[in-house]
Amino acid sequence: MVLQSLKNCLWLSCVLRTPKAFFWSTASGGLIIQSVSNDVYQNLAVEDWIHDHMDLEKQQVLFLWRNSPAVVIGRHQNPWQECNLRLLRQKNIKLARRRSGGGTVYHDLGNINLTFFTTRKKYERMENLKLVVKALKALRPELDVHVTDRYDILLDRQYKISGTAAKLGRTSAYHHCTLLCNADKFVLSSVLKSPYKGLKSNATPSVPALVKNLFEEDPSLTSEMLLDAIAKEYATHHQIDHHITVINPADETLLPGISNKTKELQTWEWLYGKTPKFSISTCLNMAYKDSVLDVKVNMDVKHGRIEVCNIDLPEQWLPPGLYSELVKSLTGSKFCPNETTTLVTTLLRVCPQDNELHSRWSLLCENMIRLM
Amino acid sequence: VCIHRVRSCSSIRFIKSKYVCVFDKSALKFSHQQRLFRTSAVSCGQIVQFKLSDIGEGITEVTVKEWYIKEGDSVSQFDSICEVQSDKASVTITSRYDGVIRKLHYSIDDIAFVGKPLVDIEIDASKGVASEEDVVETPPMSHEEHTHQEIKGHKTLATPAVRRLAMENNIKLSEVVGTGKDNRILKEDILNYLAKQTGAILPPSPKAEIVPPLRKTETVPAAPKDKARKIPVPVSRPIAFSGKDKTEPVTGFQKAMVKTMSAALKIPHFGYCDEIDLTQLVQLREELKPLAELRGVKISFMPFFIKAASLGLLQYPILNASLDENCQNVTYKASHNIGVAMDTEQGLIVPNVKNVQVCSVFDIAVELNRLQSLGSAGQLGTSDLTGGTFTLSNIGTIGGTYAKPVILPPEVAIGALGKIQVLPRFNGKGEVFKAQIMNVSWSADHRIIDGATMARFSNLWKSYLENPASMLLDLK
Repeated sequence: MVLQSLKNCLWLSCVLRTPKAFFWSTASGGLIIQSVSNDVYQNLAVEDWIHDHMDLEKQQVLFLWRNSPAVVIGRHQNPWQECNLRLLRQKNIKLARRRSGGGTVYHDLGNINLTFFTTRKKYERMENLKLVVKALKALRPELDVHVTDRYDILLDRQYKISGTAAKLGRTSAYHHCTLLCNADKFVLSSVLKSPYKGLKSNATPSVPALVKNLFEEDPSLTSEMLLDAIAKEYATHHQIDHHITVINPADETLLPGISNKTKELQTWEWLYGKTPKFSISTCLNMAYKDSVLDVKVNMDVKHGRIEVCNIDLPEQWLPPGLYSELVKSLTGSKFCPNETTTLVTTLLRVCPQDNELHSRWSLLCENMIRLM
Repeated sequence: VCIHRVRSCSSIRFIKSKYVCVFDKSALKFSHQQRLFRTSAVSCGQIVQFKLSDIGEGITEVTVKEWYIKEGDSVSQFDSICEVQSDKASVTITSRYDGVIRKLHYSIDDIAFVGKPLVDIEIDASKGVASEEDVVETPPMSHEEHTHQEIKGHKTLATPAVRRLAMENNIKLSEVVGTGKDNRILKEDILNYLAKQTGAILPPSPKAEIVPPLRKTETVPAAPKDKARKIPVPVSRPIAFSGKDKTEPVTGFQKAMVKTMSAALKIPHFGYCDEIDLTQLVQLREELKPLAELRGVKISFMPFFIKAASLGLLQYPILNASLDENCQNVTYKASHNIGVAMDTEQGLIVPNVKNVQVCSVFDIAVELNRLQSLGSAGQLGTSDLTGGTFTLSNIGTIGGTYAKPVILPPEVAIGALGKIQVLPRFNGKGEVFKAQIMNVSWSADHRIIDGATMARFSNLWKSYLENPASMLLDLK
């Protein structure tokens, strides 16, 4: 381990002395790189960068990365359907949308990510996963791990320890997968449970699975050991030096344009705006004074914005003018609690200052915001 | 260059005097005559069915998830057309041709089949056309030259753009295998031919082994393509500025602003400004900062401004009131819920500190910290944003001295605080000293508030801040 990091330092100092050229022009058929960052957006940006800018004809690349707590949804998924956004906001867990397909995963430092970059022609997921299994078995021969035809890796024939997704471009492709070493299963299960009811959409649904950490199977295993074992196996397979080059995703000189890619992955338009069209049909149960009101709500959301909004309130519960103002404001706005809060509180400024009215308004709006 | 060219073509007639003809000499050589093309609404291109190519791994069908283009859009080769998904893999399909999209064969969520048509693209035969109206007609012979070329008895189909590319690279079209319809030679074919000849990495995908930043298709070889188009391109202005106006609907935060400000317009505002000497307050804050930090709270000047305002409102409660719609009744609000304007990424928000009249300066500081962190995270609740009775806006943190703030209904007054500047002032003994000066600009609703009231309130507020010890006397 010490030798490895010493080697890395030496390599890094070589890289620093003669940047760019030296880094990218390895003569060998493969390159293993590891990110120093735990920021999910930075790491996803590195994937984008390699996919867009590197020539993978001469060398394939293995990228190793880990993230601080984040929920990562697939390219065509619906975050409201996939996770508990309220909980994410409360716990400060990031939401990211990756460019590859597939389902939703929870990342934290106990989960490692592996990305296999190849040319489009050499795209072969089974081969990659078999390599991972081979590495695991080389490390701990008694581990019962195998690859399913859904491209999952199962432990003891029942627990999912790895999920897969892929992205194909015109000339290059990548296949990435996770590996559960020692992730927080409690947080995992609570954030991946959506509290939002009445959602109807054609977004790719996730298939929930029973998961287990490799650490639970064998407490002597650490993320570092697993990363190293996989890197070793990759090196052997591609007949290259068992050497991991460390990269910093914030280095604009090494990866020109990376900061723009990182920023794009964090925009509202990407995270929420890319959600396929969906509709919400639900009932708000509002406890008002001594009764409970059942208010039916129907909304259509496209590109993350409310296209159509219908709230079935009892007649005259709100002055009709105010109700239509509310619907008008919501239509075209982001399906977002922050934006909705701003809009509804503003509307309150311009309507009669009546306590009864204000409390009804607040009740309705808080319930509406809870849908987001 | 442009001007020179204008003179050289002054002898050549052109219809629209506002356009300038620019002749590309190499194009002239090639065509042997001048050609000014006519833009026509009806295109004379050929429709090609772009089929969904093999995805790999034996996949035969995919789901169309997103279209990046729509019917009628122009595309260039290698532009992204759509995103499809198959079994956890998301695939970006890029265009093989330059042209105009004429038909999308699938809608979102449809299943698309490998080998079947995905889109119909009209390949523009008369490329290199200028965006202007009727000019000189094309001589009849040139029409044939567009599409055919008789070489050794074989007709070789290729567009002028492709011909240009071939000519510039000294390639004989007869030696190139055409893969388009009717063995038409496509740009791709020329590039493939080139790659085989030189073993070079193809220009459109400059993925470097050494030294980034070589970019990808966005900077597709300008040379061959542009030259192909440059047969008289009338340039309407010498400086190439391709910026376009962008119109988008007013939504979200902006919509909220529009509503608030439109309502505020109805209030007849009057302004009152003054200068506050904060020298003593600055010193006091320096002394209190470490104490507050011990308690884990950052203390700025705002808590002092807010508390002083509340003390002032106790004496002049009309400034903490609200006028009803018909201007019939004035409601004197019991709580001093003082709003603090905050600038966030999305825009302006005004959360308020509730019941300042019963809060200590420290309490206010704690509450401000909470509102600020929620505000920057975009997580303020409705209760934080409603119920305000009076507002302070510390625009000085960004800059400025005097301002003309707009009252936020249903309130009747607002204060804007400028930046603190170190300025020379005279003290009681007539000596010049360094003073910490801040300007305040008040706006109030002239329907129920008069200038005298505003002035007296401001003086009281000022006296509390200029001599912080006096606040102690009136603290409740």
